[in-house]
Amino acid sequence: MMLPVFILLPVLGAFLAWLASAVNKTLPRWVALLVMLAGLAISAGMWWQVQDDIYFIGDRWLQTYELPWMPRFGISFSLALDGLSLLMLVLTFFLGALSVMVSWKEIKERSGFFHFNLLFVIGGIAGVFLTMDLFLFYFFWEVMLIPMYFLIGIWGHGNRLYAALKFFLFTQAGGLLMLLAILGLYFVHASATGTFTFSYFALLNTPMAVETGRWLMLGFLVAFIVKLPAFPFHTWLPDAHTEAPTAGSVILAGLLLKTGAYGILRFVIPIFPEASQFFATWVMLLGAIGILYGGKLAYAQTDFKRLVAYTSVSHMGFVLVGAFAFNPLAYQGVVMQMITHGISTGALFMIAGSLYERLHTRELEQMGGLWPALPKMGVVTMVFVMASLGLPGLGNFIAEFLILAGSWQAAPWITVAATAGLVVATIYSLRIMQKVFFGTSLREYKLPDLSLREMLMMAPLIAAIIWLGVYPQPVINVAQRAMPSVAVHSTK
Amino acid sequence: MQWIYLIPALPFLGALLLVLASGRIGKTGVTLIGCGSVGIAALVTIVAGLQFMNSGQAGYVQHLWDWVSIGTFRIGMDLRLDALSLVFTFVITFVGFLIHVYSTGYMADDPDFARFFACMNLFVGAMLLLVLGDNLLLLYFGWEGVGLCSYLLIGFWYKDPANGAAARKAFIVTRVGDTAMAIALFLLVQHTGSLQLGTVLARAQELWTTGDPTVVLIAFLLLGGAVGKSAQLPLQTWLPDAMAGPTPVSALIHAATMVTAGVYLIARTNALFVLSPSAQAAVAIVGAITLLLAGCSAFVQTDIKRVLAYSTISQIGYMFLALGVGAWSAAIFHFMTHAFFKALLFLGAGAIIVALHHEQDMFKMGGLRKSLPGVFLVFLIGSASLAALPFVTSGFYSKDQIVWLAGAAAGGNAFYSLAAVLGAFITAAYTARMIFLVFFGQEKTHVHHKPGPVMMAPLYILAVLSTLAGFIELPHTLGHLTLLSDFVSPVLPGVVTVHGGVALEWGMQALTLGLVALATWLAWRLLAAPFPDGLKQFLKNGWGFDDAYNVMFVQPFVKLAKINRRDVIDKIYTGLAAVTRGFHRAMSATQSGILRWYVMGIVMGAVIILSVIIWREYAV
Repeated sequence: MMLPVFILLPVLGAFLAWLASAVNKTLPRWVALLVMLAGLAISAGMWWQVQDDIYFIGDRWLQTYELPWMPRFGISFSLALDGLSLLMLVLTFFLGALSVMVSWKEIKERSGFFHFNLLFVIGGIAGVFLTMDLFLFYFFWEVMLIPMYFLIGIWGHGNRLYAALKFFLFTQAGGLLMLLAILGLYFVHASATGTFTFSYFALLNTPMAVETGRWLMLGFLVAFIVKLPAFPFHTWLPDAHTEAPTAGSVILAGLLLKTGAYGILRFVIPIFPEASQFFATWVMLLGAIGILYGGKLAYAQTDFKRLVAYTSVSHMGFVLVGAFAFNPLAYQGVVMQMITHGISTGALFMIAGSLYERLHTRELEQMGGLWPALPKMGVVTMVFVMASLGLPGLGNFIAEFLILAGSWQAAPWITVAATAGLVVATIYSLRIMQKVFFGTSLREYKLPDLSLREMLMMAPLIAAIIWLGVYPQPVINVAQRAMPSVAVHSTK
Repeated sequence: MQWIYLIPALPFLGALLLVLASGRIGKTGVTLIGCGSVGIAALVTIVAGLQFMNSGQAGYVQHLWDWVSIGTFRIGMDLRLDALSLVFTFVITFVGFLIHVYSTGYMADDPDFARFFACMNLFVGAMLLLVLGDNLLLLYFGWEGVGLCSYLLIGFWYKDPANGAAARKAFIVTRVGDTAMAIALFLLVQHTGSLQLGTVLARAQELWTTGDPTVVLIAFLLLGGAVGKSAQLPLQTWLPDAMAGPTPVSALIHAATMVTAGVYLIARTNALFVLSPSAQAAVAIVGAITLLLAGCSAFVQTDIKRVLAYSTISQIGYMFLALGVGAWSAAIFHFMTHAFFKALLFLGAGAIIVALHHEQDMFKMGGLRKSLPGVFLVFLIGSASLAALPFVTSGFYSKDQIVWLAGAAAGGNAFYSLAAVLGAFITAAYTARMIFLVFFGQEKTHVHHKPGPVMMAPLYILAVLSTLAGFIELPHTLGHLTLLSDFVSPVLPGVVTVHGGVALEWGMQALTLGLVALATWLAWRLLAAPFPDGLKQFLKNGWGFDDAYNVMFVQPFVKLAKINRRDVIDKIYTGLAAVTRGFHRAMSATQSGILRWYVMGIVMGAVIILSVIIWREYAV
């Protein structure tokens, strides 16, 4: 019975926050923060409980919830929670709470509507992570999109309308392909079994011709790798990230991209095991190209946020490589990568936001020599720059090491290329530190170092990334049961 | 021994406290935490080491917690104390402590005193994790951790962009090697299903016969990691630039400890190298060539720290040579003595640099034996050890063993012997040149202030160690003592000598003695002698490796990045948008609002359609 709460809480909170703006400007912030913290507390509490295996229903599902919606079309309000969903929910509310905090000073206009959108997008994301009905999934997929469009288009920077539109068109185009594939799957299932249903559990074992399976799989895959984003569908991301307000960037990088990765793990691989294996090498190759190409472009950027955006392209390449390696190590690595990338990239965007607040620029060429003025921010940035280049001791290393160790067994040469990405990551990551904090400063800065609010945001992020680096086992234990069977079976 | 987790934990804790305190505890507080954490770690090491030696165990493993555990793939946070890790741990904590103490004097006036000690503590912790880790993933953790600290400390004085460039170069070049090493780990996971040292080495014996391509590949990849970290050919280029960091950093990280991590790695995974003779031969060849190239470069440097940097590369070349010919314990012996005398030399150089107000050019020094007699004394001791002055220095005993075994060991041959002997000659020559330039002749720069006791005390202790440490292992010709090689024998296979015997050893010693004398004399004569400028510049720049790498890798990468800054892939989508927009414009242009055009359009359309119909009906 807890499952609808994860969706209702932010959605109702969204309306409440909007109403609260009638009272004053600050109240929506508090409403939003409390909603996020409540969601975080509930999801983290469940995580804490299920460390013990006995809570799992059957082999895998922790909780299920079903309400008939349009039974004549086989559509129901069906939710289910497994380890993967749970981890993603914890991440969603964790980053959700931080994006409220990060907007505390940044958003001055229409704070009620802003927080409405922020909470609504979180509600959509929670829905995506919980839904086990494909119709409903498509519904939530679109629900995420529209508030995000407003977040970028209204509260973004200079070129925000272009970026918002580009984001919308890319995702929508991918989404339409997915809709076609969902409907295709629906009818294929009906013609094979005689029942019309959108239920994930029923569709899982749909018998279908090899050719049909491959086409349908591509429909899903394209939607998800546009969202991920993978080379060559990544070009919406730098624009969207650069123009979005900080909270928007955090949610984009931390959560929206993860819905693509989640979709691959949840739908593409389990529903289409044959087609996934058929295309695996090509998809992994796209991943490896993305790692190197994204890294190289990150190095070339002079805009801080654009640079971090391209690092996301690079890091999400690892997700593709790992997901299609069909190996337990790589699978666990992918789950870790989804979480740690959310944390580390979210943190880097927050830092970019804090710098923008102080310097009113994102241009790296305008920065430099900020260490004496901002030593605390320097240390924090150093931690996340190191996370981004995969330094052991921080969570991202565990993720990338597991992905590579697993994918090595499936495709050694692609893995070698992906591993070379670690060198590229070093090159672009160190460039951030040099351009922002080291060297001589252009002006005599008198800047305030991290405020208490900023420290309160950064401290949990740092704690989380170190904790995941030295003791990732709680994540691994929970994700273990949600492993697609294709990954389990292909192990030696 | 159950306290060994404290050995890496204390320096980590020290670093954490120093970061969190962020300057609120004053210099005394920083000194207490910074030096105290390493000092206590050294004490714990000594106690644990004594317990370990008394226990008679081959190895003691402490399991702290499960790090990553997925199905049968289990990696623990496990520490391993055995003879090999104990030798390294002892050197790291003890020399580390001395260098920390010295640094309180050296860095006394630096505004970033606390940051310096935070980084140094972090380094010691990571280095200890590297040598104490019971699995290769934990070793890799420490391995990358020390890389980070090296980066932070080379770029410590961040205001100068050149320092930042040197720091990044060090990180990136070593990362290239690390990537090779990472692939070796993937291979080991794939084939042995584990990264735990004991399991991996045992499984390797079962899985592979000698020379099996897989194990050869693994060994070569590990060597790739080792040459990066240990600044051997072809990844040696970062170390001379790394001298941009404060001198105590050069002493600790870029001489005594971190750069010998490659030696540790190869010694630790010796079973894999024994199974791959070609990779092991490659280790020896890399070592032999590196020791000669770097030695020649050291001879023409003008910056005292760069002399020592090239000398470090060259001495690690000796260690690689020893590993390559199967003289495992000789490599470890030379690591230990080198740590003492090279730390001594760097710290001595630091004392000189501070005394001369940050002058590093040897040609601007001179005559310092009178104004800095204490430093002169210890520097002379260190130099004698580096040049392997027979009988009284530790460097003699450790290097002599390698020189002899390069020819005599199972994997040895005449080429290695020649390289080792020639290397000894070059070493003596550049060392003598350094001593003459710095301490003899005319005084060119006036001494500002003499180093205080807090800097001198570590120097004296290291000077004693540089002399005495050699006597734990004496050659056949002189008493034949094998304390160290016996101690490490449970971990490292003993050396097999096949060529020549004690007679050869005598011969080698006599030869070395003669060459050291000759080199010293030559160095004295050559001080003023002209050197062909082109050759000098070529050697000084380290045989042109930097330029070659710039042309081959750095420039193409930068150029490519610059060309494609605006992401050519985006052109597909903006192109698509432009085509759509163009089409839209063309269409909307027809909607002009002029009635005449509309009528004309309708008429023309009707005519065309009718013509087509008529043509189709009647044309046939």
